[in-house]
Amino acid sequence: MIEILNLTKKYGQVVAVNNISFSVKKGEILGFLGPNGAGKSTTMNIITGYLPSTAGTVKVDGYDILTHPEEVKKRIGYLPEAPPLYKDMTVTEYLNFVSSLKKVPKKQQKGQIADIMELVGLSDHRRRLIDNLSKGYRQRVGLAQALVGNPEVLILDEPTVGLDPKQIIEIRRVIKALSQERTIILSSHILPEVSAICERIVIINKGVIAAEDTPQRLSDDINQFLKLTLLIAGEKDIIVNSIKTIDGVKYIEPSAKVGEKAYKYVLEAKKDIRNEVFFKMAEIKCPILESKPTTVTLEDIFISVVTKGTEVS
Amino acid sequence: MWTVAKREIGSYFKSPIAFVIIGLFILLISIFFWPKLQASRGDFIDILGDMGFFLIFITPILTMKMLAEDRKNGTEVLLMTSPTSLTQIVLGKFIASYTVFLVISGISLIYPLIIMAFGGAFTTQLMGGYLGFLLLGGAFISIGILASAVTENQIIAAIISFVALIVMWVAHTLASTVGGVVGTILNWISLISRYQVFTKGILGFAEIVYLLSFTALILFLTVRLIERRRWIQG
Repeated sequence: MIEILNLTKKYGQVVAVNNISFSVKKGEILGFLGPNGAGKSTTMNIITGYLPSTAGTVKVDGYDILTHPEEVKKRIGYLPEAPPLYKDMTVTEYLNFVSSLKKVPKKQQKGQIADIMELVGLSDHRRRLIDNLSKGYRQRVGLAQALVGNPEVLILDEPTVGLDPKQIIEIRRVIKALSQERTIILSSHILPEVSAICERIVIINKGVIAAEDTPQRLSDDINQFLKLTLLIAGEKDIIVNSIKTIDGVKYIEPSAKVGEKAYKYVLEAKKDIRNEVFFKMAEIKCPILESKPTTVTLEDIFISVVTKGTEVS
Repeated sequence: MWTVAKREIGSYFKSPIAFVIIGLFILLISIFFWPKLQASRGDFIDILGDMGFFLIFITPILTMKMLAEDRKNGTEVLLMTSPTSLTQIVLGKFIASYTVFLVISGISLIYPLIIMAFGGAFTTQLMGGYLGFLLLGGAFISIGILASAVTENQIIAAIISFVALIVMWVAHTLASTVGGVVGTILNWISLISRYQVFTKGILGFAEIVYLLSFTALILFLTVRLIERRRWIQG
């Protein structure tokens, strides 16, 4: 549905996006992840035709954005970072305006706008001036605006920014519901959000793609290592030395004293050594009171990818 | 195009801006009209000349927010990513400003009507003068729109168009003092000089073509300017 090939964007001397390529299949939700200033918004602005690229091509449904801008724009609904709202209009007036702007046939306008307002939860606010709406509701109007014209592709730039947790869950639910029949690119720097909604993730850093895969496989790459938090009673030096003798241990460190004689330990190993640890501790008569695997979150992946800049394939 | 125009017209009348402009304009005309009425002189065509001068002050206020505001508020993204072309957007903005200008022109017809009520006539000369006024308004508004495409700051946009229009006026006054070749050139450039032909009661075909093509050219430049900005800095 969306094909991006060798896309480059320079602002004068500054290279914002450097030769990136990825594609999004029809009906897929792609998470576009990166720290601030990584080039997320620039890429999205180029896909939607707001900015021209310096080099490379963007095709949506087979149409090139440079040669057939109107065909592409018809197919895309875009929610930019700052929702493009006219504050002197009411919600209904604004959505009517957007409908005409997107050339929605007059007859369909009314029904479509009512459906969209219902979907994003704006029905009770339709007569209010956008200026008087809270940030969360403005964000909803922004999302509603992107949905006008029933586009096949949705490009959402940080759709949940500035919302309270309850609203975030609601907007996520809306996006999830929308994904049934649409292709979506969603950018964010909030990682749980991406892992909750997206089927595939592209991590971009300093204008280049740092990693691209499903959230599951990305975490598997890092989960090659076992990370355990252990609570063991006994002399800490003996325990540390004893565990160090196990094959595959990368790292063992006592972290905090718990109670009279027990310590918390952080353990990292190249393979699953839980059995070995259990028997070793039984040997030296130091009971394991607690054992908890530390799961790798998307944050860990993100940090490891972004800081090392290594390619995770 | 009409969508954009409709929205902008609505926006004019939602904020006090349109009313302030209309009020200001009527006040200015009235100040100039009053002595004439007292002296019972029925030549409104002179005032039509003055109205051209008032436009220098009013057009910048009328047009300053057109494109600058969209850029500042980020609504530009909405316009540019919709399947409406840039030319249509700029024309829509122009039509909106021009509509308010037409309202002003319509209201100004009250004064000739007052004269008529006292036995004056709505002469063909006056009709020609009004045609000139409508064309001049278009040219001025196009300059204002171009100025508001240059910056995202409304005040700066207003100042730029004000200065540009003042230069037009100065060129016109200079032309008559300098004379010679320079004077001819200045006269040729100045919109005001072109307009004065109408207020003298001459319906000049060259002037009509000049003012219309001037407006079209400036609007075309506006589109090119925005396009260029997108490519250069984004």
